[in-house]
Amino acid sequence: MELDYHSMRAFADSWGLVYMFAIFLAVVVWIMRPGARKSSEDAARIPFKED
Amino acid sequence: MGLIDKHQILEKNVSLLFVASFAVVTVGGIVEIAPLFYLENTIEKVEGMRPYSPLELAGRNIYVREGCYLCHSQMIRPFRDEVERYGHYSLAAESMFDHPFQWGSKRTGPDLARVGGRYSNEWHVEHLIHPQSVVPESVMPSYEFLANTELKIENVSGHLIANRRVGVPYSDEMVENAEADLMAQADPDADWSGVEERYPKAVLGDFDGDPTTLTEMDALVAYLQMLGTLVDFSVYEPEENFR
Amino acid sequence: MNNSLATALVGLGAFLALLGAAFAQDAAFQTHAWVVFFVLAIATIVMLRNMKFSAAAAAPVDTSGYMDGVIRYGTVITLFWGIVGFLVGVVVASQLAWPELNIEPWFNFGRMRPLHTSAVIFAFGGNALIATSFYVVQRTTRARLFGGGLAWFVFWGYQLFIVMAATGYLLGITEGREYAEPEWYVDLWLTVVWVAYLIVFMGTIFKRKEPHIYVANWFYLAFIVTIAMLHIVNNLSMPVSLLGAKSYSAFSGVQDALTQWWYGHNAVGFFLTAGFLGMMYYFVPKQAGRPVYSYRLSIIHFWALIFLYIWAGPHHLHYTALPDWAQTLGMVFSIMLWMPSWGGMINGLMTLSGAWDKLRTDPILRMLVISVAFYGMSTFEGPMMSIKAVNSLSHYTDWTIGHVHSGALGWVGMISFGAIYYLTPKLWNRQRLYSLRLVNWHFWLATLGIVVYAAVMWVSGIMQGLMWREYDDQGYLVYSFAESIAAMHPYYVLRMVGGLLYLTGALVMAFNIYKTIRGDVRSEVPMGAEQPEALAPAE
Repeated sequence: MELDYHSMRAFADSWGLVYMFAIFLAVVVWIMRPGARKSSEDAARIPFKED
Repeated sequence: MGLIDKHQILEKNVSLLFVASFAVVTVGGIVEIAPLFYLENTIEKVEGMRPYSPLELAGRNIYVREGCYLCHSQMIRPFRDEVERYGHYSLAAESMFDHPFQWGSKRTGPDLARVGGRYSNEWHVEHLIHPQSVVPESVMPSYEFLANTELKIENVSGHLIANRRVGVPYSDEMVENAEADLMAQADPDADWSGVEERYPKAVLGDFDGDPTTLTEMDALVAYLQMLGTLVDFSVYEPEENFR
Repeated sequence: MNNSLATALVGLGAFLALLGAAFAQDAAFQTHAWVVFFVLAIATIVMLRNMKFSAAAAAPVDTSGYMDGVIRYGTVITLFWGIVGFLVGVVVASQLAWPELNIEPWFNFGRMRPLHTSAVIFAFGGNALIATSFYVVQRTTRARLFGGGLAWFVFWGYQLFIVMAATGYLLGITEGREYAEPEWYVDLWLTVVWVAYLIVFMGTIFKRKEPHIYVANWFYLAFIVTIAMLHIVNNLSMPVSLLGAKSYSAFSGVQDALTQWWYGHNAVGFFLTAGFLGMMYYFVPKQAGRPVYSYRLSIIHFWALIFLYIWAGPHHLHYTALPDWAQTLGMVFSIMLWMPSWGGMINGLMTLSGAWDKLRTDPILRMLVISVAFYGMSTFEGPMMSIKAVNSLSHYTDWTIGHVHSGALGWVGMISFGAIYYLTPKLWNRQRLYSLRLVNWHFWLATLGIVVYAAVMWVSGIMQGLMWREYDDQGYLVYSFAESIAAMHPYYVLRMVGGLLYLTGALVMAFNIYKTIRGDVRSEVPMGAEQPEALAPAE
């Protein structure tokens, strides 16, 4: 396949899009996984620990 | 879980956070900007384009210095009203020698991409000295001082060389004759053959009504009078220029 | 102490500036070198006078607690530059309404506008970011600022950058790139200062006593890193002479245009958004007295925002000679950007859930909350204006100016005011502000000013765009360009009034802060306590 603008565009709006979206979903799942609740609640309290 | 331990590493390691955010913010720039240096319709050459003559370049530097770009665009969009008002839509190639580009972002005043040749030198000088005398509605400031300021450039060829270093094709001949060309272009008594040969279509002659001194007004009007005039649109063919 | 070293370096800098003035290649560079010389010479004298020559006399500096001196300076200077910037804004707005107010050559609109934009973005916004980031990073890591005197170098170095940039604009020293106007040598200086800033900030996080890095610091860090990248790439240029002011940008035409707007848009995205979001994630929870609504949403907000923002630049170049694919990409990412922006806004606003009643009695919290609301409004308007069909009308008109100001005055300005109101009593150990009633006055003056400004520019911008493209039955353009300018006059006058209201609010604030620092406390009826009996809620 020739590496010109049109083929790159076709790649970007198919596989590229899927790849980006998969990363996004992975990040969301990662952050929202139940095990992270405790540590994120702790982190949210950091500003109140000291003045 | 091993995976969760890794997650902790990212959230608790500032170097990783630094590297990860830097990686994330570089992607967009690379994908969008880098191809512009290779794709054909952004590096296409169009018949008629040439580097600025030394006097035009000096005028352009005054245009930049005074912040003209803050109120005047130099980019005609392909809409019926803009093309009728200002002329043929702007091509990428028409700003290929513009360091920096001066497309602008705001039209407090009209677009200037093709203002060259539309008005007489006298009109421009009068307009720059007292804009409201020729356009009563204008909110443009007065630039009278340009007519009283001698054009002083220490090192004319140095400006051409700096441009050549960033890719403008100034020839050795152009660099050698830079100062002479600068003086000759606005001098009605000079021999113009060299300027004409090196810079086709350059507007020649006195600009500010005072042939005895070369002023900043001369330079600025010389620049304004060539804007958008280099490409001959009667023969230009927008073949694959699908923008 | 290394005070003597610093003094020697500043003295050396003054000497170099003198040499620069002596051997300058052009008049602009010479004048600029004189400016630097006088600034540094005065600094050297001041530093020499303060120097302790005997080792015994030099009192050891207490390095156990937080380093707040530089933040106190930063708070005051933020307010000072803010008022300068707003004042110049009112002046340039007046110049557009009454062109006689231009005083050539130094005070013409073309030289004054960069002065206004740089004063509000870099002098006011930049100092607010540096001061608050130094405060927040110390409180959330429970560590003293890293690098000792380096934080002071960042502070004074940044002020020198501002003075150089501002004097340069009035002298006509400019690269002609919007929001990146300073010439090559000023850019180099800013790069040095910025690297020092990064070292202080990251160094503090390195030696933190808190295992987790609080999300506000993520935003500040992304802001510092990305601005470094944008600043360096966009300002690549070739000086004519190493002793001359003029340089030519490394790129030209299309490439230069996209590089500039990649910079320009992300100056908005990272300087005016990410950095101030860092502020939001600390000061809103602190003032509301409760943790952020969802910490996990804030992390998604962070990654989505920094990833998407960087792509959105091409929407400044719709229908230009930039290739279509780049324009479309810019539009798509701008629209997607709406989501993380509103995610962040919701996160900020919902932090108040269960504490909404505080808005009635706490004008500082009200200021912070309206700033988040303005953030939501302008991040809705922005994606809308990036749609090509809308942009074909709005581009080149005052609508863009109105949009920028609803973000700048509403979001950036208000959250900075809120942060300063919060910080002042803390930094100077005062029980509370001099007057909360005056904060309330400031709030309403500023809000009214923004509403007037944005509404007027919205109407005038759309009117302008419609006039330019209006055709009559015969197929001729109806209006000349000059007629569209004449139609703008009343709106330009009103816009100036909006700006004047905003400036007045800032002056009220300056008075209030001055009195607070002096230690005065105004005895006044607490906010919300003046309600008539009949309307008071039943116990």
